[in-house]
Amino acid sequence: MENIIEVRNVSKSYQIGVKREYYYSLRDTIVEAVKKPARWLKGQRANKETFWALEDINFSVKKGEVIGVVGRNGAGKTTLLKVLSRITPPTFGHAVIRGRVNSLLEVGTGFHPELKGRENIYLAGAILGMTKKEIDSKFDEIVAFSEIGQFLDTPVKRYSSGMYVRLAFAVAAHLEPEVLFVDEVLAVGDYKFQRKCLEKMGQVSQEGRTVLFVSHNMASVARLCSRSILLEKGRLVMEGSTPDVIEKYIGLRETIGAEVTWENPLEAPGDSVVRLKSVRILSEHSVPSSKLDISKDFFIELAYQNFIEGAKLLPRIRIVNNEGVVILTASSLPSICTEPDTWYDRPSPKGVFRSVCKIPGNLLKEGYYFINVTIGNLAGLIDSSGHVEQDHVISFEVVDKGGIYKEHSNVLVGVVQPRLDWKTEHQK
Amino acid sequence: MMETNIKPVKGFFNIDLQELWRFRELFYFLAWRDIKVRYKQTSIGIVWAVLQPFLTMLIFSVIFGRVAGISSGNIPYPIFVYSGLLFWNYFSNALSAASNSLVAEQNIIQKVYFPKIIIPLSSTLVFLLDFFFAAIILVGLMVYYHFFPSLVGVLLVVPSIIITFLSFSGLSLMLSSINVKYRDVRYALPFFIQLLIFITPVIYPASILGTHKWLLYLNPMSGVIETMRVGLLGVGTIDWSVFGFSALLSIILFMLGLLYFKRSERFFADII
Repeated sequence: MENIIEVRNVSKSYQIGVKREYYYSLRDTIVEAVKKPARWLKGQRANKETFWALEDINFSVKKGEVIGVVGRNGAGKTTLLKVLSRITPPTFGHAVIRGRVNSLLEVGTGFHPELKGRENIYLAGAILGMTKKEIDSKFDEIVAFSEIGQFLDTPVKRYSSGMYVRLAFAVAAHLEPEVLFVDEVLAVGDYKFQRKCLEKMGQVSQEGRTVLFVSHNMASVARLCSRSILLEKGRLVMEGSTPDVIEKYIGLRETIGAEVTWENPLEAPGDSVVRLKSVRILSEHSVPSSKLDISKDFFIELAYQNFIEGAKLLPRIRIVNNEGVVILTASSLPSICTEPDTWYDRPSPKGVFRSVCKIPGNLLKEGYYFINVTIGNLAGLIDSSGHVEQDHVISFEVVDKGGIYKEHSNVLVGVVQPRLDWKTEHQK
Repeated sequence: MMETNIKPVKGFFNIDLQELWRFRELFYFLAWRDIKVRYKQTSIGIVWAVLQPFLTMLIFSVIFGRVAGISSGNIPYPIFVYSGLLFWNYFSNALSAASNSLVAEQNIIQKVYFPKIIIPLSSTLVFLLDFFFAAIILVGLMVYYHFFPSLVGVLLVVPSIIITFLSFSGLSLMLSSINVKYRDVRYALPFFIQLLIFITPVIYPASILGTHKWLLYLNPMSGVIETMRVGLLGVGTIDWSVFGFSALLSIILFMLGLLYFKRSERFFADII
C-alpha cells in the first residue's frame, strides 16, 4: 500500500536566543551589529548556538495507521508535528503527505472570548480548516458532543473552563481529514470527557484515517496506536510496535536513576549564582534507592553550591508521574512545611547547601515518577523562573510489596492514594 | 488526491493563488469575527463609527478653521476637513490595525497552517464598514451645505477606495512582518501616523504649499483626498496626473509589501 506520510531526512534547527527570547528590539540588533565586527576581530564566535530540535528524521506511515509519537519533554515531538503541519519549515530534508491534513496542536485555537458558543464553532472550525458547508452539516452533532446545550448563545468568556474545553474539542473532533496530527491535547478536561474524546479518536482511525498522535499518556498511546516512534533529543531512536517502544521509553527513563552527581561544576545545571551538585532519592534508611516501598517514607535530597554571598535561595521540587501529571510541589515556603526551614528567606553565605524533603509513605500510587528541580528566589516564585531549572533530573519507582492496594487497583482511580481517616457511625 | 510537499523554503517569490482561493472562507470568517467583536459590550455600538469622525471634524473646525484660520477656499471648513478625514481615517485605522494584526494573532500562527497574508488583509475589512458609516455624515453635510457631487467624482469613489486599500495594505504587509521580529513598530507607528496627517492635505489644501506641494504627493493618500474632495463636492477640477500618480504609488507600495511579506513569512511561527 502507498505511504500516506513519508518523512525523509527532516532536520530543524533553531538559533538559541532566537527561539527563547520573547522578541527582539531594534536596539539589540544595532548593538549586536556593532559588537559583531569587534568579536570577529577577537576571533570569537557569535553568542548564538545552533540547536537541532530535529535531526535526520526518517519514517513513513501507511494509510489508516495510527502512530504514537513518544519521548521526553524537549525530545522534538511538537516540533515534528509543527513541521509536518507546515507551521514551520524544516531546515533540511523533505516530507510528503498525501491527503487532506488537519492538525490539532492545542484545544481552542482561534476561539474568541467575546463571541457566543455558536459563533465560535464556526470561527474555530474555519481556522482548523473546515468549510462553512461542512460546519453547517455537522453543527448539531458538534453541539450534542460538547454537551453545552443551553449555553450555545452565551459568550464563551462566561463559560467554565470545562465547558470551554468541551466545546473546543467538539469542534476539533468533527474534522474529517485524511491525515490528522494530534498533540497532547487530551491533558485537559475531566476524566469522563477525556474518555469520550479517546473513543472518538478510536473511531477516527477505524474510518481509515491516518493519525499521528503525540502523548505522554502511555495508556492512551497503547490503546490507540499499533505502531509508535520514539524521539530522544531530536533523533528518532526507535520505530516499532507500541508495547516495544513504550518499554524502551520507560527504559530510557530508568537510566536516569535514583542518584545523580555532577563532578564538574561547569557542567552542572545552574548559573553564576547557584549550581546543583547532586540529587538523590533516599529510602527510609537513608540509602540511595530507586525502588521504594509504597508504604514507607522516603527522602529527596538536593545538594547545591551557592556562589553569591547573601543570596536568598528557594529550592523547589516537583514530583511528576508517568503521564506527565505534576503530583505535588514541595518547597521551603513556610506555609507548606511542617516546620520552618532554617534557611528560608535568609541571606546564605557562599558554599554547599543540602536540602532534604521527606515524602510520607502511603501517598503516591504504584508507578514511575520523575523529579523536577528548581532553585530560584522568592521573586522567581511568581514567574517560576530560577537559577537552576531542570526537569526529569532523577526517577524512581513506587512498588507495592505488601499488596496493600494492588488487589483493588482497578477501583482506586486517582493520582494519589493516601491513607485517610474514615469512620462510619450507626446513627439509629 | 491532494499532495503536500514539505521542504525547506527558499527565498524565491511565490504566491500560491490557488491556495489563497481555497482559504477564502477563512478570510471571510476572520473579517466577520472582527466586525462582530468590534463594538461588543458597548452601549452605543456602531454609532461610534460615526461619532468619532464627526467629533474630530468639530474639533478640527474650531482649532484649524476658526482659531488658526486655515483657508479652505470657497468650501466651508467643516465639510472640507470631513471629506479629508473620511479617507484619512480609513487609511490610518486600517494601517495601524493591520500592522499589529500578526502579533495579535500569534497564537493561531503558532498552531495552525494557512497563508498568513490572510491575517493583515482580513483585519482591515472592518474599517471599510466604518468608512461607509462615516460616509453617511458626509452626505448629511453635503445636503446641509448644498454641495452636489460631479459624476466623475462618484465614479472615482471605488478607485479611490482601491488606492487607499493598496496603500495601507502595502505598508502594513511590511510593517506587520517587521513587527513580528521587532516590537518597536507597535510604539513607532502611532507616532508616525500622527505626523503623517500633517503632510497630507486633510486639514489644509495642498495649494497652501505653493510650489512645494509635490512633496505631499509622495504620499498616495494626498492624491486620493484631493481628488475626492473635488469630485464629491463638485468644486474645481480634478488633477488627473496627481490621481494617476497616487494609483501608481499605491501599486508599487503594495508590490513591495507583498514581496517583503512573502520573504519573511516562513519564520513567523519561529520568532513571533
